Amino acid sequence: MKILIKGGQLIDPANKREGLYDLVIEKRKVLSVEKSGELSAKDIEGAEIIDAKGLIVAPGFIDMHVHFREPGHEYKETIETGCQSAAAGGFTSVATMPNTDPVNDTRSVTEFILRKAKETGIVNVYPIGAITQGLKGERLSEMGDLKDAGVVGFSDDGRPVMNSELMRRALEYSKMFGLPCIQHSEMLDLTEDGCMNEGFISTALGLKGMPTEAEDIMVYRDISLLPKTGGRLHVAHISSGLSVDLVRQAKAKGLEVTCEVAPHHFALTDEAVKDYDPNAKMSPPLRCKSDIEAIKEGLRDDTIDIIATDHAPHDLIDKQVEFNRACFGIVGLETALPLTLRLVDEKVFSMSKMIEKLTSRPAEIFNLDRGALGVGDIADIVIFDPKAEYEIDVQQFKSKSKNSPFNGWKVKGKVIKTLVAGKTVFSAPSN
Amino acid sequence: MTETMPLSVKHILGTRDMSREDITTILDAADSFKEISTRQIKKVPTLRGRTVINLFFEPSTRTRTSFEIAGKRLSADVINISGSTSSAVKGENLIDSARNLEAMNPDILVIRHASAGAANLLTQFVDCPVINAGDGSHEHPTQALLDLLTIREHMRKESFEGLKVAIIGDIMHSRVVRSNIFAMKTLGMEVTVVGPPTLMPVEISHLGVKVEYDLEKAIRDVDVIMVLRIQLERQNQYNLASLREYSNLFCLTTETLKNARDDVLIIHPGPVNRGIEIALDVMEGEHSLILNQVTNGVAVRMALLYLLLGGGHEDLN
Repeated sequence: MKILIKGGQLIDPANKREGLYDLVIEKRKVLSVEKSGELSAKDIEGAEIIDAKGLIVAPGFIDMHVHFREPGHEYKETIETGCQSAAAGGFTSVATMPNTDPVNDTRSVTEFILRKAKETGIVNVYPIGAITQGLKGERLSEMGDLKDAGVVGFSDDGRPVMNSELMRRALEYSKMFGLPCIQHSEMLDLTEDGCMNEGFISTALGLKGMPTEAEDIMVYRDISLLPKTGGRLHVAHISSGLSVDLVRQAKAKGLEVTCEVAPHHFALTDEAVKDYDPNAKMSPPLRCKSDIEAIKEGLRDDTIDIIATDHAPHDLIDKQVEFNRACFGIVGLETALPLTLRLVDEKVFSMSKMIEKLTSRPAEIFNLDRGALGVGDIADIVIFDPKAEYEIDVQQFKSKSKNSPFNGWKVKGKVIKTLVAGKTVFSAPSN
Repeated sequence: MTETMPLSVKHILGTRDMSREDITTILDAADSFKEISTRQIKKVPTLRGRTVINLFFEPSTRTRTSFEIAGKRLSADVINISGSTSSAVKGENLIDSARNLEAMNPDILVIRHASAGAANLLTQFVDCPVINAGDGSHEHPTQALLDLLTIREHMRKESFEGLKVAIIGDIMHSRVVRSNIFAMKTLGMEVTVVGPPTLMPVEISHLGVKVEYDLEKAIRDVDVIMVLRIQLERQNQYNLASLREYSNLFCLTTETLKNARDDVLIIHPGPVNRGIEIALDVMEGEHSLILNQVTNGVAVRMALLYLLLGGGHEDLN
């Protein structure tokens, strides 16, 4: 069964292709790519046609930072609903953080996640294993066994690795397996009881703040550990302007560090908390304007490598409570595209650069055979309309949870179709 | 209920969203209500048949009693639900509690809670007016209003405009400070906050106040000194070296008072740590208005109950 995606604007940064191209998919892979109208009759013979005229065709997005809550907290999200949410957002691959219950610190949990993902058969799921057993920050997890089972990186996300000796050893040990350590950078002694960014808003609201220094100090510490350990560090959800600077300097020195930013950290400031909106509560917290400016600069000069959503579904039970008691985090998979497209409109980066940060760059960092649409590549594809305007309605989310501060936002950029290995896993309802 | 609401706000969540007119309306009404508390029969039928629920998730004697007396002097039925007797200990959350109480048709809910924003949250789930009686380190508007009433009764100037106030103590954790700053700035007062930098919240000066670390300098020219209780239960081990040193640096004594104006007014929201933030003789001395504040607390709360339930100021008598 062949599929012809016809007349779309192909943007495939990995193969440096940008323009009107036609694509033929067969047997899970890209069979041929040619300038629009130049495919041979043999190539397109008998193909089902997807008309992509006026739309952008790109490798499916890759989100290296999601929380799918299964096993353990299935009332918030399951692997199935998480994958549906990913597909609806144009993501064909996601990496799931290990803070499930039980924690993904052993082969059996990794295998469970992979089996579930395969059974649901929607998008590719790449589990991330814990750095430390039980995320307790005491002993290293069995990284070798985890890698063998299929993890693509290590993280204690949700919690930082506070102990510097342990982090040093984690960077050394993970090097043996060629996988990066992903740090949730937060000095906990500076953020105890904190529930939002420390600044004027936290002062006015009487909420305990989480200063940017908490992030900066750990980013600097981890970078300091790189030269001698030779490990690879990936800084998760960078939110502080100074941290962006620190990564920039480390990269200039040739150190093995990469980082990601979540859309909410460039779309919102801590002003969003002002009515104690629990959907504006996340960790790291929403920061201030100068941090957003620094993040945009970091995206512009490639200090920030990738966009990752930190998709963190929470039920009303965990959110509709006193602000300081509400869980941290928001869902992000189904709002990432329109929020990131705003940066293209603002000319922070080009459309092609945006797609690179959502596809080939994460694939490169985490060594995934995805994120490109050359002949022979696996046909993970997103087709989207960058101009389609609509209002975000959380009730339409495929995710089980609706905790988003973007409900009601008027945005541009709509996913029309998502294909994983040539199979359509999402089609926008026609209206 | 009368058609015209005398206040621009439906709930009393904080002074931040109150206008100068709101504050004046409340203080004027409180003035009128003060007389009732001096009668032999301290009761008027104004709120007969109305129900006021005091929902206190945090221990409080003064504020809760003050609301209770205020309600009763207006003939309202007042029900007190405190943290220990409520379902809070059984795991029923704030919203469930509120919805259950709402189903019993109260006319006003008064809430005290340890979480900042708790009163705001409550308003999303109940229809009746909510009065914030203190939420975490956020606001304590009725305290600020009674402070202002006390100041207004004794100040040497005709208006609040330009009046100088020094607020001394744990600025970081104090809801009383935030409510006072918002209201005082709205009224055009000049506010200086005084205390160690470890007890100053970040960017406090953006609220339009001056920050001072030297007590003697800070009180030199002010009309009012507000001393705050140093809240031992809210300190972590890093904020202060010792109470002894805090007291050495910031206790208001007869000696330090020599730096202040002869007619300075001294207020304190209570309860007082005697001898720690304020010396006993100063607390009981001629400048102190601490007991006037308590008396005014009842009047201010009577005024709020009355105004929120639709009473226009003019039909008071």
